[in-house]
Amino acid sequence: MTVRVFIPGDMVAAAVGGDRVAEAIRREAQARGVTIAIIRTGSRGLFELEPLVEVDTAAGRIGYARVGARLVSSLADAGLFEGRPGHPACVGHVDQLDFLKRQTRLTFARCGVVDPASIEDYRAHGGWRGLEAALSLGPDAVVDAVKRSGLRGRGGAGFPTGPKWETVRAAPGARKYIVCNADEGDSGTFADRMLMEGDPFLLIEGMAIAGFAVRAEKGYLYIRSEYPFAITAMQRAIDACYAAGLLGSGVAGSKTRFDLEIRVGAGAYVCGEETALLESIEGKRGQVRAKPPLPAHRGLFGQPTVINNVLSFAAVPFILAEGAAAYASFGMGRSRGTMPIQLAGDIRNGGLFETAFGVTLGALVDDIGGGTLSGRPVRAVQVGGPLGAYFPRRLFDTPFDYEAFTARGGLIGHGGVVVFNDSVDLMQQARFAFEFCAIESCGKCTPCRVGSTRGVEVIDRIVAGQNATANLALVEDLCETMKLGSLCALGGFTPYPVMSALTHFPEDFGLARQVEPAL
Amino acid sequence: MNDKPATNWSTELYGEILARHATREGALLPILHDVQAALGYVPEAAIADIAHGLNLTRAEVHGTVSFYHDFRNRPPGRQVIRLCQAEACQARGARAVTAALEARLGVPLGQSTPDGGLSLEAVYCLGLCASGPSAMVGDRPVARLAPDALEALFDETAA
Repeated sequence: MTVRVFIPGDMVAAAVGGDRVAEAIRREAQARGVTIAIIRTGSRGLFELEPLVEVDTAAGRIGYARVGARLVSSLADAGLFEGRPGHPACVGHVDQLDFLKRQTRLTFARCGVVDPASIEDYRAHGGWRGLEAALSLGPDAVVDAVKRSGLRGRGGAGFPTGPKWETVRAAPGARKYIVCNADEGDSGTFADRMLMEGDPFLLIEGMAIAGFAVRAEKGYLYIRSEYPFAITAMQRAIDACYAAGLLGSGVAGSKTRFDLEIRVGAGAYVCGEETALLESIEGKRGQVRAKPPLPAHRGLFGQPTVINNVLSFAAVPFILAEGAAAYASFGMGRSRGTMPIQLAGDIRNGGLFETAFGVTLGALVDDIGGGTLSGRPVRAVQVGGPLGAYFPRRLFDTPFDYEAFTARGGLIGHGGVVVFNDSVDLMQQARFAFEFCAIESCGKCTPCRVGSTRGVEVIDRIVAGQNATANLALVEDLCETMKLGSLCALGGFTPYPVMSALTHFPEDFGLARQVEPAL
Repeated sequence: MNDKPATNWSTELYGEILARHATREGALLPILHDVQAALGYVPEAAIADIAHGLNLTRAEVHGTVSFYHDFRNRPPGRQVIRLCQAEACQARGARAVTAALEARLGVPLGQSTPDGGLSLEAVYCLGLCASGPSAMVGDRPVARLAPDALEALFDETAA
């Protein structure tokens, strides 16, 4: 009998020795005369446990955490190939792990479970049902379903996806394009990477549905160059889809054509901004375009273009397969469905936690995340990437919801939560925000290009103790100018980390703590 | 482990790369990636040839090359270590790891060792944000770095 052993082959596993573990397990099985099949999956998203090896048993998949190549022999002695517990590395039934059991995985249901190289495995786990439903419903009904689901863009801006598709569908144009933004540059985020490495067919299915809905026959998937494993996994999946008749002419036996091509970024954070990304695909400098016109009217090569984030496209197959109401039944307020939240930085249970909107920041950090990995107290949490605000513990009751975060001077962005312990210096973090903006500015608008560099200089003066009060007033003024005068979110949102650091952690800037501002 | 093939810019290499992307719309970035994959950098001679081949001005091609952090205008060290400097890695001690590595190699971030053996570069996020501090050594990712345990960067069998 063949024993199935699942070992992640994603970028995190590779970074912590996953390949050597796989090789050691293969050799150990051979030496013991055990027939095994090693399946390289994506990650389940509990990164502290990686490499997490799983063995299939009659009772389900049994996990062994933080397996190193040197541990394999003793694991085998303790019954690894029978999935026996007993070894200290055994974590029992993986599905029963608290961190996974508490999630609502709609988008990430298959990630870490299936073989990302197998189109059959994808189908066996419910894949392609969304596309089949879409093809039988027709384009109007698809757009309507996405609208009724309440799905909003998961890239950061939170713009409603359905109306965007409707605009492109109605826009006149001989050619239309579907573009997927996989330029996931926000520090503290890795959901796009995980999905592309662990369940690539889901993204292809979502993009093909979008192409069918708006009558676009060509899609581009723009992946950042820092994600080589995702590029490989997606290309392999695209090739498999062409071979199986799911891409190209006659998608899934229909009369629809959809071609999909990967484009690789070149290390420019600003290309995560949608118009800069379009410029980059066109082979130009990744400079932001002034809006209007919106990409929905004049996007890639001047044609009507749907541009969405990986997670937005990946949410669509569920919506079509299970119905818009099923998706919209999760969430709160105008934030419907689930959000793949990413817990990062100094946190014990770092990883991917997909859940309905509405969970509080405190629950995410203290309860689900288990506090810091270092054991030091949590001091600040940056939510939403380098352009997101730093939240103090005092604001931990904020629910994860687009509007709730906006109301408190922050943003949820792409769902990244970076935890800092009490050794953090928020003035240094504010300086870094300006510095990062200066490094990554596309240079098109003055507030961002010049303001970011001036910001670094002014903070340096404060650090040096030069006229702190006047210089702090200058920082505030500069932030106001950048916020109101920048062309895109890079310059426009850099004030979020800077001003939140200043407002919530004034003592780090040498100021006395004011009376707590009313919320 | 990261030795670049000792290829020089040539008409043959250019013809080969251009043919690979002839039918693409907006082919400049894929072409530049292939040039850099072959040579480790994008030489000045390549810019002129690419401009000619794509019917662009040299300024347009140069402007694109210089815009993107990935593209180099001179050969890197034989080994390139790209160390993540972004917030999630900062929160897990990336600044201390960077300082320790700079001290060990005797070069600051953004420079190469005098013998051209190793380049130390900054990268802003590898998406390994719950396992940092992290880095890329050539095309090999490494994570969970510590200032007093940098062996994983140099020894493929470590960790």
